[in-house]
Parts: sequence; structure tokens; C-alpha cells
Amino acid sequence: MADTSSQSVAFVRTAEIPPSPPPVTESGAVKWVKENLFSGPFNTIMTLIGLFIVFWLLSGLIPWIVNGTWEGGDIRECREILQGSGGGCFAVISERWPQLLFGFQYPDYLRWRPAVAFLLLFLAVPPALFIMFLPRWTLVASAVYPFVAYWLIWGGTILAPIFAALGFIAGYMVFVRAEKLKGFVAGMAAGVLAAAVTWTVGGWIAGFGEDFLALETVESRAMGGFMLNMILGVVCVSLSIPLGIVLALGRQSRLPIVKGFCVVFIEFVRGVPLITLLFVANVVLAYFFPPNSNPDLIIRVIIMITMFSAAYIAEVIRGGLAALPKGQYEAADSLGLDYPQAMRLIILPQALKISIPGIVNVAVGLFKDTTLVSVISMFDLVGMIRGPILSSTDWTGVYWELWAFACVLFFVVCYGISQYSQWLERYLRTDHR
Amino acid sequence: MTTMTDPPQADGFRIGQLINDTRYRSYTFQAIALIALIFAFSYLAYNASQNEQLQANGFSYDFLSAPAGYDINQQPIPYTSQDTHLRATVIGAINTIIVAFLACVTATIFGVIAGVLRLSNNWIISKLMSVYVEMFRNIPVLIWIIIIFTVAANTFPPIAEFRLPRDGSDPERSLLFGMFAATNQGVFIPRLTLGGTGWIVITTFLASIVGIFGLRAFARHKLYAEGKVVPILWPGIALLIVPTVLMQFLLGSPVGIENPEMGRFRFQGGFLMRPSLIALWFALSIYTGAFIAENVRAGILAVSKGQTEAAAALGLRSNRIMSLVVLPQALRVIIPPLISQYLNITKNTSLAIAVGYMDLTGTLGGITLNQTGRALECILLLMLFYLTFSLAISAIMNVYNKSVALKER
Repeated sequence: MADTSSQSVAFVRTAEIPPSPPPVTESGAVKWVKENLFSGPFNTIMTLIGLFIVFWLLSGLIPWIVNGTWEGGDIRECREILQGSGGGCFAVISERWPQLLFGFQYPDYLRWRPAVAFLLLFLAVPPALFIMFLPRWTLVASAVYPFVAYWLIWGGTILAPIFAALGFIAGYMVFVRAEKLKGFVAGMAAGVLAAAVTWTVGGWIAGFGEDFLALETVESRAMGGFMLNMILGVVCVSLSIPLGIVLALGRQSRLPIVKGFCVVFIEFVRGVPLITLLFVANVVLAYFFPPNSNPDLIIRVIIMITMFSAAYIAEVIRGGLAALPKGQYEAADSLGLDYPQAMRLIILPQALKISIPGIVNVAVGLFKDTTLVSVISMFDLVGMIRGPILSSTDWTGVYWELWAFACVLFFVVCYGISQYSQWLERYLRTDHR
Repeated sequence: MTTMTDPPQADGFRIGQLINDTRYRSYTFQAIALIALIFAFSYLAYNASQNEQLQANGFSYDFLSAPAGYDINQQPIPYTSQDTHLRATVIGAINTIIVAFLACVTATIFGVIAGVLRLSNNWIISKLMSVYVEMFRNIPVLIWIIIIFTVAANTFPPIAEFRLPRDGSDPERSLLFGMFAATNQGVFIPRLTLGGTGWIVITTFLASIVGIFGLRAFARHKLYAEGKVVPILWPGIALLIVPTVLMQFLLGSPVGIENPEMGRFRFQGGFLMRPSLIALWFALSIYTGAFIAENVRAGILAVSKGQTEAAAALGLRSNRIMSLVVLPQALRVIIPPLISQYLNITKNTSLAIAVGYMDLTGTLGGITLNQTGRALECILLLMLFYLTFSLAISAIMNVYNKSVALKER
């Protein structure tokens, strides 16, 4: 039966010929270009405009970077080296980078300390961000870091940060014990009490051992440059997340006084610009401290920025709480969990997971907003550029290079954070879509 | 969220119930919270009362009626340095509203264009838009404001280049279309001038805008009641233009345009947009535009493809699909974050102080505060203004949200 015809009929092909390739306009790069760039007159015009913009940007940018010089002590030397070649005068960055990064008041022989703190950040951050791939004990690095960083940047005896850490540990241990015996509220009270006692005793001891393993103390007002932005950003975000959770829960609460206070606080803070809050930190807040205490400007600014971002984070978390199906609350109730248990075991883990992108948005926004402190004459990165550097006769008029440097620093950090949050969101997505 | 109820207990009230009984526990907590609040506030108030500076100055708003004694470079209403602090404050508030309004309009335009183009099939355009969005979202707005201010104040040509040389030759630069001149002092643009009867023309124009809404309502009524499609596009355009032009013509052109003209040394006439206004306006709109672009993109992506296909299956044409099916659903997603972006713009106008634009923060929170030394009063008033503004906008937004929310079960 098989192939009688094929053997017998001369014009019937016996073997299959290979398929001929598609026309060149319908395959590969040509097809892609045709479909994506030149499909129709409108698209073609858009492509040409786009190409022109890219060309215009690159033709300005590339010579500026390639011909730029990193040598030269001031703008005149720089101009001499450049000879009008259109390159950038990046010498300002290579000469002033310590000021841009650490501010102009941080003692130069101590700059290694914030630099070490910054490098340690790369050891401390991965455990917190990628704990799912690392053993749990690595979290110790993240937990210890704030105290080490404080010691390195501000100096003083090592006893102070040690007792601060001990206070947290004591508070936590007492909380765990007392909660088992007497419930959440009693546990919380006992924990806070234990921490307070440890801090008081520790402060007393640290007062005696002022020279024990002490680094040279640096005043808060010496902080500046990009370091100040980092300090404000990291401290305020980490303080405002717990505060934001409390405010969000308070706003959801059925207790009218608690709820009312939280609503008023959140709406008030969200309704005013950060600048006005910084003015408060600068000129008004001191009125409300005890007469003889004189807290640093940086502390007052941290208080106000933390309040500011806590209100925004509270709203994000409230969104997460509201997005949970009612069944979750009811299931927690029907299991007989009380309010703290239900929140800690059922509600908050889910609500926080939903809120991660929003919280990261707030964190990025907050980090960008730390530049606003330059308005109340603190010398952060923007303040340093506008103030001491651009107004010095050596470098007056070198704005492009300096602002480009600032843009790159902020872009790298903010873009990195937002990419991380997008990755985390995908990683945590447990519903199978 | 505990909804358990304890069984009623026969024996009367015991102290322990204040903590252990869910019926009374909430009162205990609230009492504790209230006491803590009162304690905290009275502690703050006590500290304030002990403050020497506050004790010396007292708390009063009398300074608002004292002469301000400083100049304001952009005056929407007449003002001299002899006027009161209150008038300076009002001018600051108007300047805030001017720049906030301008920035809201242009930010929306930038945002919608960028958001739509980012979804385009054109690879180059969509990548360019991604670059735009990511660049502006990840760099502080303060830096953008300062950069644009630097550009406007340093790279635009000086006014001298527009001057007529003495030998009668052409000046180095001339006005664009005879109307615009970008100088390092600011950008000169034409100004509208109102003659004596100009208000009639303006009123006519406003009335025709109201008329267009009336026309739309009429067309919709006709459509629902009788199934007749009343055209509204061309009649609408005609209604917008014809009466105003007619009135302008009849009254002998009371509304005119005054172009800036080069005098001997300086420009005369026209309106000067200072670099600070340009920087603030442009930076805020391009920065917020990047955020709005993301909202617009999310809104368009949120309408599932099935909606478009279902509408097409019903036989709707593509423009009808867009206006009747896709847009209403996309807008429901876009509008709430859009309004909060407008709120952000309004709050970010306070960054004017960094480039010397005299908005409310520059007048009341800046010079007035420094001259009078009444920090507490000034900052309270400043916050009150922004708070009122924000709460008013959020109230409007809530009403709108309710009206477009999905009506479910």
C-alpha cells in the first residue's frame, strides 16, 4: 500500500523539500522594526521625533562626559585644561567630594568613621532585605548595625550604644515572659518599664565610663552632605514604620477617643507641606521643650520628619487593612483570638504584605524630601552645593557637574529601592495568578 | 475587632471587670488614653508657658495690621511696601494659588501624554517615556526646581541683546513671533488688556462655556428620551467661539493683547514671568507629570481587554468604545490619585522659598516671620491655609469618589 504512486509516477517528489525562509521583510530585525517603529504614518513620525530627541540628548551629553576633565584645583585651571572643548569640569567633584559626602564641618581626620559605617551598611542591609535566602542568624548584623553606626558617626563611649541595645533586649525578654503570664497589655507595660530601667541605669554607668573605648565625639551640627540625607532617610523611615502601624490601628479602632486623635493627627500632618513642619522644627519646636534642654536641630528635624512620614505610612497601612476581606477578621474572632493576637498573627502580616509597595513609595518620597532641610539652612547634599561650594570663588558657575552628581546619587538610591520593592512584591505574591 | 460578647454576669460590678470584661475594658483604655493625652499636652503647654521668648512676646496677631515694609516682585493685586502684613500674606496666598493652578494644568497634560505614550507599540517612544518617568520620579523635586531656575537665570540671553543698536542695525535677537522674549530676567509674554466694556466679552465667554454644558445635558436627555443623537461637537465649538468673537467685534475690540516691546533699555508692556515662577511652574509640572503618567498608565491597564472586546461585539465603533466603555472605567481608577497629585503640587509650591518666588511661604513664612519674630503665629496661620486648602480638595474628592464608586450589593 505504501508508496506505489510515488515510485511509479515520475513527477511526484519522493522527499519533502525544506521550507523556504520567510521574506526578509517578514522576519527578524526588519520585521520588528517594521512592526514596532514604522507601522503607519503616525508611528513613523513619532519614531523620527524620538530618534531626534535621543540624538539631541546624546550629542549634548557624550562630549560633555567624554571631554570632561577630573583634574584641576579651581574653575580657572579647569577651563585652561578644557580649552573650550565643551567637556564638563568634573574636577569640582574630585576636589570637593569629601564635602559633598560628609559636609564641611565633619573633621577630615575622622571621615573614615562614616565611611566605615557606610561600608558596614552593605553587611547590615542584605539580611534585612533578603532574609528568605540567608540563615536567620544573619539578622543579628542588621539588629546590631544601628548601634555600631551611631557609635562610629557620633563617637563617644561604646557603653552608650551598648546599653541602648541592652535596653531593647531586656524590654523584649520581659515582654515575652510577661505576655505569657498576663496578656499583651501587661507584657507591653512590663517590657517598656524594663527597657526604661535598663536605659536609666545604663546612662548612669556610661556617665562614669565616659572614656571606655571612646571615639572622639562629633557634634550633631557637624553632620552634612549626602551623609545627612542618608541619616535622616534611614532613621526617619525606620522610626516611622512602627509609629505608622500604631496610627493605622488607632484609626481603625472602635474607641472614639483613640480614633479621633489618630484621625486628627493624620489629616493634619498630611494636609500641610513638609516645609512648614521643618519651620516648626527650626523655630517653634524649641518652645515646647523644657526650658533648659536644648535639643539639636537634627533631633528636632528627625522628630518632625518622622511624624510626617508616619502619617503617610499610616494611610498606606490603613489601605492594606481595609483591603483584607472581612472574613479574615471574623475567622480570627471565631478562633477565640483576642485583639492583639488577631492583629499580630492574622491581620497585620497580610495587611503589611499588601502595603509593601505603598510603604516603599513613601520611603522613597521621604528620602527625596530630606533635601528640604537645606531650606532651613542645614547643609545636606543640596545645601552643600548651593551654599559653600557654588558660592566659593573657586567653583562659582560649575552647576551642571554638581547637580548631575547629586542627581546620580539620588537616582541610584531611589531607583534601587523601588526596583527592590517590585521584586519583593512579585516574590511575596502567594496567590497563584 | 473582637466581637465576642461575654455572658451577662449576675453578681454586680467588680473592679477586675475594668480589665477583664470586654464590655468595660474599652472604657478603661480610653480613660487611660485620655489621661495620657491631657498629660502630654499640658506638659507641652507648661513648657511653652515657661519659655522666655514666648513670655516676652505673648501671642497675638496684631502684627498683621502693621506695615510690611518689604517689596514683593510679583503682585497680582496692587501692593506697596507701605501695605500691611495681611495684604502681603494675601498676595502670597494668591501667588501660591496661581502657580499651583498653572502646574496642575500642565502636569496633567504632561502626565496624560507620557502615560499614553508609554503604552505605545513604538519601542523608542515607550522607552523614552520610561526614561522620563523613572528619571523624574527618582530625583528630588527640589533639585529639579533649582536646576530649571539655574537654566532660566543663567543660560537665557541678557536683555541687552534685544536692544536696538544705535546705528539702526537689527538687534542681536528679536522677539519670537513678536510676542515672546526669553531673557535672563525672565520670559516676557503678551498680556490681555481689558477695555471699559471688556467684562462683557469675558462674561459672554463664560456664559458660552455654561451653554456648552447645557447643550450636552440636552443632547443626553434627547438621546435617552427619544433615542435621537444630537450632534454636539461642531455646535459646541461654534457656541464657544461665535458669541465671544461677535461681542468683541460689536463692542469695538475692548479685549486686546499687549505685546512686550523693546524700549530704550528695558521691555515695556507685556507680562514678565520671572525665572522663579518659570522654575517652580515647569519643575512641578514635569515632576508631578511623571507621577501622573504612572497613574494614567495604571488606569488604562486596569480596564481589562474583555471590556473592549465586549463593546466591539455589541457593535460599538472604536471612538464610542473609548468614550462609553474604556474611559469611564479608566477614569474611576485615575481620578483619585490624580487629585492627590494635585494636592501634592499645592503643597510642593511651598518649595518656592528655595528660588525666591513670593508665595505664601515666602511672604508669611519667610519675610514676615523674620521681621516680626512671631514664629508661632506665622506658622500656625501658614499651616491653617494649607490645611484648609487640602481638606477642601479632599472633601470635593470624596464627593466625587462616592458618585463614581461601583454600586455593589
